[in-house]
Amino acid sequence: MTTSHTPMIDIRDVSKSFILHNQGSALIPVMEGATLAVSPGECVGLVGASGAGKSTLMRLIYGNYLAASGQILIGGLDVASAEPRQILELRRSTLGYVSQFLRVVPRVATLDVVAEPLLAVGTPLEAARDRAATLLAQLNIPERLWSLSPTTFSGGEQQRVNIARGFAYDYPAMLLDEPTASLDAQNRATVLGLIAQAKARGAAIIGIFHDEAAREQVCDRFVDVSAFAPRAAA
Amino acid sequence: MTPLLHVNSVAKRYGAHIGCLDVSFDLYPGEVMGIVGESGSGKSTLLNCLAGHLEPDEGQVVFDTRQNGPQDTVTMSEPERRLLSRTDWAFVHQHARDGLRMSVSAGGNIGERLMAVGDRHYGRIRAAAVDWLDRVEIAEDRVDDRPTAFSGGMQQRLQIARNLVTGPRLVFMDEPTGGLDVSVQARLLDLLRGLVREMGLSAIIVTHDLAVVRLLADRLMVMKSGHVVETGLTDQVLDDPQHAYTQLLVSSVLQV
Repeated sequence: MTTSHTPMIDIRDVSKSFILHNQGSALIPVMEGATLAVSPGECVGLVGASGAGKSTLMRLIYGNYLAASGQILIGGLDVASAEPRQILELRRSTLGYVSQFLRVVPRVATLDVVAEPLLAVGTPLEAARDRAATLLAQLNIPERLWSLSPTTFSGGEQQRVNIARGFAYDYPAMLLDEPTASLDAQNRATVLGLIAQAKARGAAIIGIFHDEAAREQVCDRFVDVSAFAPRAAA
Repeated sequence: MTPLLHVNSVAKRYGAHIGCLDVSFDLYPGEVMGIVGESGSGKSTLLNCLAGHLEPDEGQVVFDTRQNGPQDTVTMSEPERRLLSRTDWAFVHQHARDGLRMSVSAGGNIGERLMAVGDRHYGRIRAAAVDWLDRVEIAEDRVDDRPTAFSGGMQQRLQIARNLVTGPRLVFMDEPTGGLDVSVQARLLDLLRGLVREMGLSAIIVTHDLAVVRLLADRLMVMKSGHVVETGLTDQVLDDPQHAYTQLLVSSVLQV
């Protein structure tokens, strides 16, 4: 797919600081002038030392952190100034996020955890479960576990359930936080395949990969977030 | 899109004491909003003002009715408001005993609300009662038992069934999982989430339990001393709280 001229994700001059009211109102600037655009079908890798702000930037894009200034345009919606219901709709239909941690309601079966993003956009139950089953099988989650809640699974299994859930629905924009960390070779190859498929269908992707080989394989270019570090306070 | 509920500058005072002040928000169809804050922050007062249990001193509570579109429920007539609370609204109390009739069978508790909106066909009412017991995971053979014979968690699920049988569009919940042990809470949360999605319900949930709102609520309103100090997406408010009180609230939660 050729990349179009309109970026799917367009971040302009975003800054972020935390004010800790209960610790002497300390003001901690963590990001300044973050600017980055990702076109459909493109995968951009965020790089930079630990603590440089890779995850912070991902959270800002997802609307999980509130930007202090700047614009975060996803499919034309400015996450930095949007209403909660607009962001919720964006997360349902446009912007997916595979975080490092699985957070689910206890007791819900794994198959339904994975199918949920599809149900949220109105996919019929059977079709959603079929897709969920395909992904779980691809990621080597044994079928006998599908009816159980993933809360009791091992860390690696939870991570794969999380990935299956993140890829169940074809989001036009995706954020991937360490999707291949601690996976064995086979599962890692599966995940890289899912990312390649998502790119091929035109998804704009921003990812954090500590795994260098994986990074080189799926990313089209890299952005060093150290460049967005706030200038040292004078 | 028309908001299902439009709340404008609602205030309630108890003499010189402020119950809640200057509360405004819009709730859209399908949205679940959590109201959090410590005891005495005014969250229950607000909920009761919204649900028509208390008359606010100031402000409008405009509900988008099925027949006549947006209507101010504060100024509408008492019969109109009562009809709303039997049809389009539901109220889940913290103590199931406040929302159930303890001397009437489980089936009767569910059927009563159907009869209140004009259903008279016994077979149909009983079938609906059994269906709802099943949906809230109470065995069919308990349909003729009184709620006094039920555990706390079952009573709460029965109260939810009684409330949802008439297909309301807006559910008010006051600490729906309070007083239940954690395994029962998880089950109830799962049930509520499923019902909210299947029925396209909007809900306003008052609670002091941040874990409950993280799982159930799309949006959050944080109250302190009768004032709204912060609003936003649930995960944003919990992960990046802006107000000093919210920061204190979030950092005070014990980690397990």
